[in-house]
Amino acid sequence: MTREEILNELKKVIAPYTTNKEMLDGINDQTDLIRDLKINSANLVDIIIDAEAKYNIEIDYDSADKMINVGSCIDVIYDKLDQK
Amino acid sequence: MAKRVVITGMGVVSPNGIGIPAFLNAIQKGISGIRFVPKYEDLHMSCHVAGIPEFEWDNLKTYISEVSFHGLKGTNIAYGITAALDAWADAGLPYDTDEPRWETGCVFGNSAPDSEATKNVINKVDNREVKKLGSRVVEQTMNSGVTSFISGRLGLGNRVVTNSTACATGTQAILMGYEYIQSGLAKRMLVGSGEYIDSYIFGTFDSMRVLSRKFNDQPERASRPMSASYGGFVPGSGAAAFVLEDLDFALARGARIYAEVLGGCANSGGQRGGGTMTAPNPAGVTRCISEAMENSGIKPGDIDLVSGHLTATMADKYEIQSWAQALGRSGKNFPLTNSVKSMIGHCLSAAGSIESVACVLQIVHGFVHPNINLEDPNPEILSIVDTECLPTSMIKKEINIIAKANFGFGDVNCCLIFSKFKN
Repeated sequence: MTREEILNELKKVIAPYTTNKEMLDGINDQTDLIRDLKINSANLVDIIIDAEAKYNIEIDYDSADKMINVGSCIDVIYDKLDQK
Repeated sequence: MAKRVVITGMGVVSPNGIGIPAFLNAIQKGISGIRFVPKYEDLHMSCHVAGIPEFEWDNLKTYISEVSFHGLKGTNIAYGITAALDAWADAGLPYDTDEPRWETGCVFGNSAPDSEATKNVINKVDNREVKKLGSRVVEQTMNSGVTSFISGRLGLGNRVVTNSTACATGTQAILMGYEYIQSGLAKRMLVGSGEYIDSYIFGTFDSMRVLSRKFNDQPERASRPMSASYGGFVPGSGAAAFVLEDLDFALARGARIYAEVLGGCANSGGQRGGGTMTAPNPAGVTRCISEAMENSGIKPGDIDLVSGHLTATMADKYEIQSWAQALGRSGKNFPLTNSVKSMIGHCLSAAGSIESVACVLQIVHGFVHPNINLEDPNPEILSIVDTECLPTSMIKKEINIIAKANFGFGDVNCCLIFSKFKN
């Protein structure tokens, strides 16, 4: 799976947790989940759980802590997929 | 000086009608909201009927944000949000606010937090899948989940309380809101209660053998308060809410006023003198009614209508005895008396608030709703009250003062006095 493909899938995972749909359409590596997409910090946990289910991977606590912006989310998912 | 407290908004999610117009139509016509529930038969329960609102889950999207909607599963919370936000809009108030509304608080009650949501937690924890629970579980399994959703959506900044006193929860929520405004602690209170009788709550009552089981093939006839052929209560679900306001505060904003809460009383029989976990101490009940009248500055003769607890169990006759004793009225002199439960069943924590909506509607529209399924009044009740006082079809009549009471497990009582608003 390419980073581009993961980005497009990630948009679907994030969608239910942001009301900022315009921003979601134009997200890039630098988009911050809390600051830019106004995602409630508690919902980051749900995004991680949804991503685990979607990609059939396990995201450990240390990796989850890195998932602050879109780029780091893709990095973590890419690495975990690579380790499978 | 004590403030006067008026009702300026109402919302209801009832088995026989969602929204005030539908509910008004249903109670005027005596429409039953009791249905056969195949699941309860499958689960080998004795009672196969219940009052469950015809609730459209997707409608919730018009009340709360998409993010809040996503992952919401608690039915009790959904009922509560709908009733509370409908009441708020009915009072002519906007949902959105940037600043907390410091003058407005909330007392909203329920019995158990959502037990289906709790079951999901138990299963996942036992399966070693704690990590999959996510962030939305706590808010739906904590008892204050409903008040948290309501106060968050509306930015309520005064005291926000979740009350729980079994079947007296709804009436007590209204009384608590009344007391906060009356004493000057809040200008406005959003009050009410909700209940969702899922299989787990339903099962506990079924096992107690207090539920109706003889009318499973005739659901609409199953809830029979004060009848000789009563056979236990029919569980119901739903929610209702009120906006209560300080009279001067309401008048200043030109609010429409439905009725006035004159006062009330909440007490307990202490599980003494015949009172137990499940049966009220008659002395507690009569005292509760008497003190409610005293606190409201009314006399027994002022009461036009009694909206009873009257669940369709053997307790109905004892309840009528207590009313007769507290009011010193009997025979043809007994007030008109009805039970909303004949149409919607016993909505437990939601009973007091839904039934109070019926009370206010009867005051506003000048009628007494029928007791359905009362073709055979219990002779023991008729030895106290004349049959004319227990209407089986709607009566058009000016109603000025209603006494509304509910009595709950744990021997807790609550009685409210509602009045037509006269400035």
